[in-house]
Amino acid sequence: MNDGKNQNELSLEALQAGDRGEFARLVEAYSAQIYRLALKMLNNPQDAEDILQETFIKAFRHIKGFNGRSAISTWLYRIATNEALMHLRRKRPDQVSIDEPVETPEGEMEPVQIVDWCCLPEEELMSSEGRELLDKAAEALPESLKIVFLLRDIEGLSTQEVGDVLNLSETAVKTRLSRARMRLREELSGYYTERMEKQSNEKS
Amino acid sequence: MKNHENCHYLLESLSDFVDGELRQELCTEIERHLANCDNCRIVVDTLRKTVSLYHTASAELTPVPDDVRERLYKRLELDDFLK
Repeated sequence: MNDGKNQNELSLEALQAGDRGEFARLVEAYSAQIYRLALKMLNNPQDAEDILQETFIKAFRHIKGFNGRSAISTWLYRIATNEALMHLRRKRPDQVSIDEPVETPEGEMEPVQIVDWCCLPEEELMSSEGRELLDKAAEALPESLKIVFLLRDIEGLSTQEVGDVLNLSETAVKTRLSRARMRLREELSGYYTERMEKQSNEKS
Repeated sequence: MKNHENCHYLLESLSDFVDGELRQELCTEIERHLANCDNCRIVVDTLRKTVSLYHTASAELTPVPDDVRERLYKRLELDDFLK
C-alpha cells in the first residue's frame, strides 16, 4: 500500500491521547482514499459523503481501542467498509451480503470472449470513454466480489490486508478477486471486440 | 477453450498467476500450457491488461472535493485545521 510515509509520520500515541492536530493529519492523509472507496461502493456522492464522515467520527471515538496490530489505514478501511455495507443492507436488505459463499453457476468462469485487444493503443484504453467503461464494469459486479476487487486492485491492499478488513481467509479473498477480475475481463473484452470489429469494417 | 480439459483446471489460478503469487510448479505448468494454447494465452494477456488498466486508473487519487472536505472538518469539529 502506498501509505507507508503517511503512516510513519502519524503518531498513534498522539492520536490516542486525543491530539486534535494529529487527528486532522490523519483525516488529511486518508480522506481521499476513504471517499473514493465509498463512492465506488455506493455510487452516490451524498451517501459517500455520509460514509466518509461516519468513518472518521467512529475512528475518532474508537482510536483508543485500536491495538496497532494492523496498519491504521487497514483499520480505517474496515470501518468504512462496514459502514458502507450497512448502508447498502439498509437500502437492499435481501441483496447485500459478503458472508455468503460465492456461488459459481455452471460455466461462470468459462471465458466467452477470446479476442486479443491488448494491441489497442493505451490512449484509447485510458481515454475518458475507456475510463467510463472501467467504472461501469466494476460498478456492475455483485457486492461480495466488488468490495474485494476495490480493496485489492483499486486501493492496493495486500491479500492479507483485504482478509483482515473483511474477516475473510486469504483463500476466500483470492477466489473472489479471481471471479471479479474474470468478469471484468469479460466485460472489457466484449466492448473492445465490438469496437475492433467496427474499426475494421470502417477501414474495408 | 471448451475442448481443453486443462483450461478449466487452470482458470481458477490465472488471477494468482498474473499477480506472480502462484507456487512455482503450477506456474511452470501454466506457462507450458500457454505455449500450446492460444485461447488461454489471450485470456491471460487480456486479464493482465484488465488488471493493469484498473491499476493505472487508480494510481491518480482525486482529492476530496472542497465542499465535501469542508463539511467533513466541520462535522469533526476540526474546522480550525482547514487550510
